[in-house]
Amino acid sequence: MSWLTNLVRPKIRGLVGEKKDMPDNLWEKCPGCSAMLFKRELEDNLNVCRACGHHLKLDPVKRLGSLFDGGAYRLVEVPKVPQDPLKFRDQKRYADRLKDAQNKSKRQDAIVVGEGSVGGVKTVIAVFDFGFMGGSMGMGVGEAIVTAARRAVASKSALVVLPASGGARMQEGALSLMQMPRTIIAANQVKTAGLPFIVVLTDPTTGGVTASFAMVGDIHIAERGAQIGFAGARVIESTIRETLPPGFQRAEYLRDHGMIDIVVTRHELPETLGRILRFLRKEKAPRRDQGPFLTGPVPHGAKAKG
Amino acid sequence: MQSLDFEKPVTDLEAKIEELRHLSDGGPMNIAGEIGKLQDKVKRQLQALYGKLTPAQKVQVARHADRPHCLDYIQGGLIEDFTPLAGDRAFAEDQAIIGGLGRFRGQPCVVIGQERGNDTESRIRHNFGMAKPEGYRKAQRLMHLADRFGLPIVTLVDTAGAFPGVEAEARGQAEAIARSVEVCLQVGVPLIVTIIGEGGSGGAIALAAGDRVLMLEHAIYSVISPEGCASILWRSASHAAEAAAALRLTAQDLLQLGIIDRIIPEPLGGAQRAPQDMIARVGDAIASALNDVSGLDKKALLAARHEKFLGMGKKGLA
Repeated sequence: MSWLTNLVRPKIRGLVGEKKDMPDNLWEKCPGCSAMLFKRELEDNLNVCRACGHHLKLDPVKRLGSLFDGGAYRLVEVPKVPQDPLKFRDQKRYADRLKDAQNKSKRQDAIVVGEGSVGGVKTVIAVFDFGFMGGSMGMGVGEAIVTAARRAVASKSALVVLPASGGARMQEGALSLMQMPRTIIAANQVKTAGLPFIVVLTDPTTGGVTASFAMVGDIHIAERGAQIGFAGARVIESTIRETLPPGFQRAEYLRDHGMIDIVVTRHELPETLGRILRFLRKEKAPRRDQGPFLTGPVPHGAKAKG
Repeated sequence: MQSLDFEKPVTDLEAKIEELRHLSDGGPMNIAGEIGKLQDKVKRQLQALYGKLTPAQKVQVARHADRPHCLDYIQGGLIEDFTPLAGDRAFAEDQAIIGGLGRFRGQPCVVIGQERGNDTESRIRHNFGMAKPEGYRKAQRLMHLADRFGLPIVTLVDTAGAFPGVEAEARGQAEAIARSVEVCLQVGVPLIVTIIGEGGSGGAIALAAGDRVLMLEHAIYSVISPEGCASILWRSASHAAEAAAALRLTAQDLLQLGIIDRIIPEPLGGAQRAPQDMIARVGDAIASALNDVSGLDKKALLAARHEKFLGMGKKGLA
């Protein structure tokens, strides 16, 4: 099979493919302000709370649809990797945990890769799925980033990665630790080819994911309020017995400490990415009367603040 | 010497030998034969114990307080004329990472490693071998220095992990580690890594993305500490022994998985019982690894290093 699979138009697929919501699934409580949000409305607003602007987690396929021009992209197929290489078992077998996650998500691992254009610039985008074992990075996720980078170099595209991850997948032991150098090599292949490598840090990005490809981008963008860090807040509190300052490890905190270029709202992201990619690829600005290549939903909720 | 719980039969025998020696000091008793017998017994016990250490026991040995640490190697004959260099040129000097210029068997080189300290005072000075961003940035600086002057790099890895603190986060611990791995992967000079004790996660890989990764027989190298893994997956750190086994963190496992290149055998009863012997063995292994890659030019060296890591997980797996 080629790396190209079927052309996906998420909006159309959404109309025909998805089951109707069950009644108990109609509402969701905002973790930010506790408002009860009508789920369909929340989804129409890219999972941003209309009341307080809190950014809830977003399905990776919806994310790809929101970023690519016109919501159109091709999925990039990722080579299969050995499943459960260590035969790891805690209270439950990792092989079973992995199968459960695969069945639930209908995807192979905690990442989805697509290619298309953003702001008219050819781009490969890899999006983590936090719902799949906490977006943890093992061989499957590492291989997806290596594949995305190769694809970007081959097609002279920019590479954008949106991590959302608790860190390395410990059930793959040191093999998951090795994804740190592997993904950094991948990022450098894109950079060496003179192509942009942009990281969009989303909630949460921690551990070995932050400490690898996610911190070596040409540009670092973060979604407002996203938790971003190396050590977990609980680890720091318990080992050091320090009280954590307000806003610690949030996107705005990292920006103020020099680690992030720009903090954006989810609705600002497609336009911001497109604009930056056009600068770096020396493309002309879009005509003002045409507007940017914005095709996503109309922005709602508060602007980035702080 | 710090005694480990599983070594009790050995420490009991050693105490007995001490006692006999004490007795013989006072009189003309000839007990050399008796002592010799007991020493043989100690040897047999050590062979039996260390020949089949469990992963959890290896964790204890790898962290043994009397095991030679980074500075013990550097000052104990591995490196001549060691000239420590300090500072990241941005914020501070971090003594958790030792680095500098020296000669390895006559050849000028850059040596970098984590130092855990040997007593309370030095442990505090070295922050127990847990580096902050400035430590990793110093390491990057020294690797660039080596690259600029064509000097091979020798790293000695021994850390529980990067320091988890508010200030470390504020100064970009994640970025410092990521960049350190990146610099390892970019320097066009031979980079030989030796995991001498504990290779703890991101804090270890920051100095370990090299051309050859050597590991001491009873060292460990893991994505997370067994205690941390147990507290997450078993919801209790008391399951650390099971986690240690599941993580496959021993040198023997990692060689099989293709993550390390070579195991350096330890003296009988572990490196802590014969530090000088261990230092000599590490020296021989590093010399041989340097020799392996000495014929490669910069381009070939980097290509091979990248292929080595990109290919990981593709061989040696069932």
